[in-house]
Amino acid sequence: MSGSSEAGRATEAVWRIESARLIAGLARMTGDVGLAEDLAQDALVAALERWPESGVPENPGAWLMATAKNRAIDLARRGKRFEDRREQLVREAGMRMAMDAAEHEAGLGDDLLGLIFACCHPLLSTEARVALTLRLLGGLSTEEIARAFLVPESTVAQRIVRAKRTLKEARAPFEVPRGEQLDERLPSVLEVIYLVFNEGYAATAGEDWMRLDLCEEALRLGRVLAGLAPKQPEVHGLVALMEIQASRAAARTGPSGEPVLLLQQDRARWDPLLVRRGLAALERAEKLSRGAFGPYTVQAAIAACHARAGSAEETEWVRIAALYDALAQLTPSPVVELNRAVAVSMAFGPEVGLELVEALAAEGSLDGYHLLHSVRADLLAKLGHEAEAREEFERAAAMTENARERELMLERAAKAGEPEG
Amino acid sequence: MRFMMLMYPGIDTDAESWEPSAEDVGAMTKYNEELTKAGVLLSLDGLRPPADGARVSFSGGTPTVTDGPFAEAKEVVGGFWLIQAKSKEEAVEWASRCPGANGDFIEVRRVFEMEDFPEDVQAAGQLSERSPEQT
Repeated sequence: MSGSSEAGRATEAVWRIESARLIAGLARMTGDVGLAEDLAQDALVAALERWPESGVPENPGAWLMATAKNRAIDLARRGKRFEDRREQLVREAGMRMAMDAAEHEAGLGDDLLGLIFACCHPLLSTEARVALTLRLLGGLSTEEIARAFLVPESTVAQRIVRAKRTLKEARAPFEVPRGEQLDERLPSVLEVIYLVFNEGYAATAGEDWMRLDLCEEALRLGRVLAGLAPKQPEVHGLVALMEIQASRAAARTGPSGEPVLLLQQDRARWDPLLVRRGLAALERAEKLSRGAFGPYTVQAAIAACHARAGSAEETEWVRIAALYDALAQLTPSPVVELNRAVAVSMAFGPEVGLELVEALAAEGSLDGYHLLHSVRADLLAKLGHEAEAREEFERAAAMTENARERELMLERAAKAGEPEG
Repeated sequence: MRFMMLMYPGIDTDAESWEPSAEDVGAMTKYNEELTKAGVLLSLDGLRPPADGARVSFSGGTPTVTDGPFAEAKEVVGGFWLIQAKSKEEAVEWASRCPGANGDFIEVRRVFEMEDFPEDVQAAGQLSERSPEQT
């Protein structure tokens, strides 16, 4: 896409705003996500040729849709995409009917939701879902996705091509699942959005600004989904979780780039707008859940406990421990258990916490996980077992791959050897 | 990135009240809904006219309060939207879709953010992905 000229950049902005709706409408008409994107791209190319001279039309979305539709009918007529004449006629008739129906704006939201579910189809691998979602719903180029996920552009391009082919070959119906099917398929959509968010937030590697963009894009997709499926508590739960986590972005690193742990963060640097938005989304999630919280809502509730506390000391640890209890039942995992142990130690004292950590360590599933040892070391130090604490900090330091974390662990190991003071 | 869209209505800024018609409000509500549905709207508000506002100005470290209306003020903010957009062009495109009245103008301004400070961003790359109860 040309970004050099002013008109080119304006067209790109229109594309960013319109492409998802455009592709969604075309996908429903043609029943083929890949073809829909091709048609939308053709319309974009036409716009890039036309608009620099004619100016951006008053309703650019409608212009793009009309152009793409004409092209679709043209293709159907010439039968280039369809194997036999009968199928071609059926397609053409179906397309015309679908197009008439598409004039009703009410259908637009459903189309978009249909596209979200198609991108996150269970037939596709997680990587393919992420790539397709960012490409078709986020309007990101293959190159942008590759940069964000630190993989070669050709890899992303291949994932997208294969994903589209898989959907086409499976003749996956383009529709919004209802009832039980919706309950079954919604988690995979939420998972993709949260994966995108975490890729940006946790920044496992790389330093490109694109990564912060990923957080914003995930938040935007979450908000769009919340508008399209407003009765689903977990959608609001996920939005709440992301808004509150994003609110801490500026406080998570110190002046020389070192990570700042949650309890040491300067709460004045938490973004109050995102906190407020997160708490509002959580309230919606809680109301809709009627007592039975899903995993995103529980995690958002935990994040909200921190967000509401004026200082680390004022944190409601008893409530957080109870929420981790609930989370451990919903999504059992040793990492959740470790978090629960930390919360329990804050709420009820290091002895109780240490008991849980010891049980986890004995179980062995967190062998090699440095944070198990750093948590254990921390609790041992609090209980005055200096020698054991030092040993555990050193063990944790040896296991982490993060240089700054290693420094922190070794510093604490050295301190554990010193007398109190 | 975030952009503030500041609306400067092209109406009599000295007027005691800025009362838009039901039609105008309807069009603006639809526009605000579009922003919400697109997931880009973070915050918005409309402001009462400056006639019942005040100005606090500073000189030599001393604040001076002046009550409205302000005779010399010709361009006055009437409201704002805070949106999230990928580029200035996207923000400008959103502003262009506002059902503005004759004489209105919207100023689009980018908000200072993390990405203005690349060293911080680099540092964000150092954080461990799975830190329990820590990040």
